[in-house]
This record gives sequence, structure tokens and C-alpha cells, in this order.
Amino acid sequence: MNWEFIIKYLPLNRKAAWLTLRLGLLGIALSTLIGLFCAAVRYYRIPVLHPLVRVYIEISRNTPLLIQLFFIYYGLPKIGIPTDPASCGVAGLSFLGGSYMAEAFRSGLESVEAIQTESAYALGMSRFQTLRFIILPQAAAVSVPAFMANVIFLLKETSVFSAVSLMDLMFTAKDLIGLYYKTTERLFLLVAFYLVILLPVSLLGTVLERRLRYAGSGT
Amino acid sequence: MPDLGLEVLLKGKNLVRLLGGLWTALRISLLSVAISLPVGVVLGVLMTRNNRFVKALLRLYLEFIRIMPQMVLLFIVYFGSTRAFGWDVSGETASVVVFTLWGAAEMSDLVRGALTSIPRHQYESAEALGMSRLQTSIFIIIPQTVRRLIPLSINLVTRMIKTTSLILMIGVVEVLKVSQQIIEANRMSSPNAAFGVYLSVFLLYFLACWPISLLAGRLEKKWS
Amino acid sequence: MNESILSVEHLTKRYGENTILEDVSFSVARGEVIVIVGPSGCGKSTLLRCLNALEPIQGGEIRLDGETVDSGAKDLTRLRQRIGMVFQSYELFPHMSVLNNILIAPVQVQKRDREEVKAEALELLERVGLSAKKDAYPRELSGGQKQRVAIVRALCMHPEVLLFDEVTAALDPEMVREVLDVILDLAREGKTMLIVTHEMSFARAIADRVFFLDNGGIVEQGKPADFFDHPQTERARQFLRTFEFESVK
Repeated sequence: MNWEFIIKYLPLNRKAAWLTLRLGLLGIALSTLIGLFCAAVRYYRIPVLHPLVRVYIEISRNTPLLIQLFFIYYGLPKIGIPTDPASCGVAGLSFLGGSYMAEAFRSGLESVEAIQTESAYALGMSRFQTLRFIILPQAAAVSVPAFMANVIFLLKETSVFSAVSLMDLMFTAKDLIGLYYKTTERLFLLVAFYLVILLPVSLLGTVLERRLRYAGSGT
Repeated sequence: MPDLGLEVLLKGKNLVRLLGGLWTALRISLLSVAISLPVGVVLGVLMTRNNRFVKALLRLYLEFIRIMPQMVLLFIVYFGSTRAFGWDVSGETASVVVFTLWGAAEMSDLVRGALTSIPRHQYESAEALGMSRLQTSIFIIIPQTVRRLIPLSINLVTRMIKTTSLILMIGVVEVLKVSQQIIEANRMSSPNAAFGVYLSVFLLYFLACWPISLLAGRLEKKWS
Repeated sequence: MNESILSVEHLTKRYGENTILEDVSFSVARGEVIVIVGPSGCGKSTLLRCLNALEPIQGGEIRLDGETVDSGAKDLTRLRQRIGMVFQSYELFPHMSVLNNILIAPVQVQKRDREEVKAEALELLERVGLSAKKDAYPRELSGGQKQRVAIVRALCMHPEVLLFDEVTAALDPEMVREVLDVILDLAREGKTMLIVTHEMSFARAIADRVFFLDNGGIVEQGKPADFFDHPQTERARQFLRTFEFESVK
């Protein structure tokens, strides 16, 4: 292991790591919004939108991110939709993540039994009050593990960005492997960075899951 | 009607080549599944045993594989191991190794989850009927475990197929590589080929994964 | 008897082709305790659920103090505040403490002063012997305790009519008593109640009138002593016999 090399290229890596993280977080935020929207549409069975959302979820879940990115980055400009690597990465990640988040939120909503809603109605609560005080808090607690798993999954998927020539972690790794052939050092950095980013998220997920376990655990 | 670059697919053997590329990816994923299922079952059963050392070791393996992006794992095996051990690994071999390691880890966790989710009193009531441990396993535990496992392992197959798209990055000639070649070769005659070809690849992957997902969902509903 | 507070006229309830209740009519006087008995599947629970519009009805009319109760009613939430309901499965909100379970509706729905409701809630909890559990979460309570909290939660809304839907059916035998005692206490206070139950001796003790429901209609009704000792119809006799055992010795 050549530590000099590692120290020399650390700044370049830090920049790449930061870019990866930023695009990843942006993608996750958008995925969450798409997921909330789709979950609401499915939960309330909103006409017209309901079948459309199902089609979107099936397509998104049954195609790889890399293919989605290639289509967005190389295909879309041909029909007049310009894309740059960063927005392509965020768009792809959101397209992919939206369906995963939707399923996480929907299973949370559906875990709240209908009779809980009825008992809120019996107390005179309106639909909105029932949603706010009874359904959402319980659904959120149930959704947390799946949500955190999705966050980790999406952060991992950012490694695919390099394929559309993004200046991120993977790309610098591939680049440097080619340029200097310091394979061991480069791979070490790559593993270290993903561990630094993902381990805390994973731990946070475990902690949250444990703290929120009270909800839904028997009435 | 704008030029969508779809005509390229009908030219010569382009469509056949594209399907051939997809088959390379499918072959790798199916081979990896075939190896990782039995390995995963064994590891999963080991995880439910009470040996602390084995448990900790397997846990470490599982967590590392889970937390690393598959692309990083591919790089480690393809670039890293060749350098560290000096051998010459082909892209396809490296892919099978990575997907097997990954698949076995995921499978072992599914097996562990399915085994531990069987309530205690199932064992106890089998014992109360005078069954031996072997009989309990064969007639009571394994059938229930298998029902829980089949839909989940089918899902693992689709995840595997989707992830094989990454092998492009370590130089395996699969469907994306073939696409790039086709687009490059027809750059002059159909400048918009990238749209049509990548759209087709997108649909091909969907057609490969969707039926499998549907099957898994159907079985899950039926057996839950 | 006092004036009628709840009246049901020609109520019909169907699920698709399946008729659950057909042409059911009765009225309940203020302060009256009605116990509804009948074989499972006869529509007892559905009848209670119709009374606070948890189930849409296909015919007839339900009136609370002259106002129509209907799942499409404009001020349905206001009507429901006047009808309390306790469920077989308690349905406390698992993410809230006992006290918050009780306070949420009076404070959020009726916009009453939190401190005032809290004082009342504590007093009621004291009455049912649970003031020590005010900060506990539902998962820490026994079934009987949960059900008593559910009753307090309904009471705190000051409902004019209380509906009890097989509230002891999910309880261990030794917890049934503590819940029934609370309900007996409410009867002594003069609360208007409709109670669906399988506890026949309780029914006999608490009821002003017993309804025997079978095949979607009220087959027989009367004072408890009359109904239990001299049932008029063969179906009622048959039903009551299922609660008796003959000695084998």
C-alpha cells in the first residue's frame, strides 16, 4: 500500500465524494416527494392517476438504473431534450427511487388497520384529522425501516453515475486505475469512502427502527 | 414524426446482436443464481446455529457485501484481485464471482429470516405429536420455510438481472456494449440511433424482469 | 319513559346482494339501556355500526334527536361526537399514551380546553381504577385495562348515546368483570346505551329492554325477565338453550 499516493489524491477524492453525496441526497429528496405522491394516489385510489402510477412503479422497479441513465443521457438529447451528467444522474436516481419510496410509504399506510380509522371517525374526527393524528404517525413509524433501506440503496446506486461520465467517486477510481495503475490504493479509497458515507446511515437506520418500534405493536 | 432512430434495429443482424448481448447478461445472472441459492441456504442455516464465531463471521460478510455498491465489488474482484494475486480474471468470471458472493449473502439472510420467523410453538406442537427433530424439519419447518422463501428468491433473480447491467464497466461485451457498437457503426446513416437503441434495451430489460416480478408477487399473495 | 332520543325506521343494510338488516325499526328513550343479543352473523354489530354511520345504509332512516344520521350527512362529524362507540378490539391509538388517547378528540375535535379535559380524564381514569396508568402506552396494558381506557375515551366526548360492540368478547374471562362493572356503573348514572353482548347474565342485569336479532331483523323484544324466562319464539328459545349445559353425571 502506497500511503503517499493516497494522501496525494485524497483532495480529488474528497471533491468527488462530496459531489456523489450531493447528487445522491438531491435524488433521495426528489424520490421521497415522488414516493409520497404515488403512495397517496394508490392509498386513496385516485381515478386516472392510480393506473398511471402503477405503470410507472412497474417500469421503474423492473429496469436497471444504468439503462435508465443511458437512455436519459444519450437517448433523450436525440429527440430534443438536452441533458447534462449531473441532472441526468439526479433524474435517473429519482425515477428509480420514486417507486421504491412509494412502496415503502404505501405499505406503511396500509399497515394501519381500517378499524383504527373507524374508531377515529367514531370520535367525531374528520378525514383530515384522522389522517394527521391517527394514520400518518403510525404509517410513518412503520415506513422508517424501508425508507432507510431505500436511502442506503439509492446512495449505493450513485456508484452507477460514473457510467455517464460524472466526476464522482467511481469515475475518479476508474480513471486513476487507468492512469497510474495504483489499483490497491484506489480501491482502498473507494471502499473507505463508501463505508464513511454508508455506515453512519446504516447505523442511524438501526437506531431509528429500534426507537420507533412501539407503533403498530399491538393495540 | 421525428427520427427516433428505430430503423437501425431492423438493419442487418442488429436486433439479434442486441438480444445476444442481453443473453450474456442473463446467462451470468442465472449462473450466479444457480450457485448462490444452495450456498445461501447453507450459510443461512449456519446463521441460525448457536456458534458465536461463525455467526459473527457471517454477519461481517453479509454487512460488508450489503453496504458496498455492487460496482465497487466488481472493481475489487476485477482490478483488485488481478493485481493482488497476479492472476488473469476475465470480466465474465469476475462478474459471476461477485454476483455469487452477493447473491449468497442476500439468500442467506432470506433463509435466516424465514427460519427465525417460524414461531416456537410450531416446533413445540410437532414435538408434542411425538415427532423426531428430523421429522419436524421435513414435515413442518421446511415446507413453511420454502413457501416464504420462493417468492423472495424469485425477487432476488430480478435484482440480479438488473445488476448485471453493470458488467459493462468491467469490459464484458453485453447488451449495452453491443448497443454502443451499433450506434457507433451507424453514426452517419442514423444519427438518432442512440434514442431507439437505448429505448429498446430499456424495454428488453423490462420484458426480462417484469414477468418474474409478477410471478413473485402472485406467489407471495397466494402463500401469505 | 322519557322522550325518544334515537329512532330507527325501516332500516335496510345490504352488502351487494347480501341483505344483512331488513326493515328494522325501534326507538330508544333517553336514559334507556338496550341489550342486543342473537347468534353470530345475525347483524348485531352491523346494526351498531349503522347507528353512527360507519356503514352506509340502503334504506330507511336513523334519527338522533330529530337529526338524520347518514354516511353522507354534511355535519357527520358533529353527529358522531354525540354518539360514543367502544369496539371489541379496543382500538386505542398505539402511538399515544393513555392520556393522549383520551384527550385527542375532545381537544382537537371539540376544541375544548386541554387542562379542563385533562382534569376530567384523570377523574374518569380514577373511577375505572387506572389513574396510575395515565402515561402508559397501550401495549403496556392488559386487555381489560385497554377496554376501560377505551370507555373513558368515549365518555370524555360527552356523548348522548353510547354504543358497545361486544366489548368483552376478546377478553380473558377474569378481565370481563372489571369492564362490565364499569358499564353497570354507567347504567346506574342513567346513560343511554346500546350494548351488543354474549354475556347473558350481564344482559339480564343491565337491560331495560332486550332485542333478539336473527336473520337481519328484530325477532323478539321485551323486558329482560320476560325474554330470558319466557321467550316467545322458537328461535329465541333455541338461541338461549345454547348457553345451557345438561349434567352428564
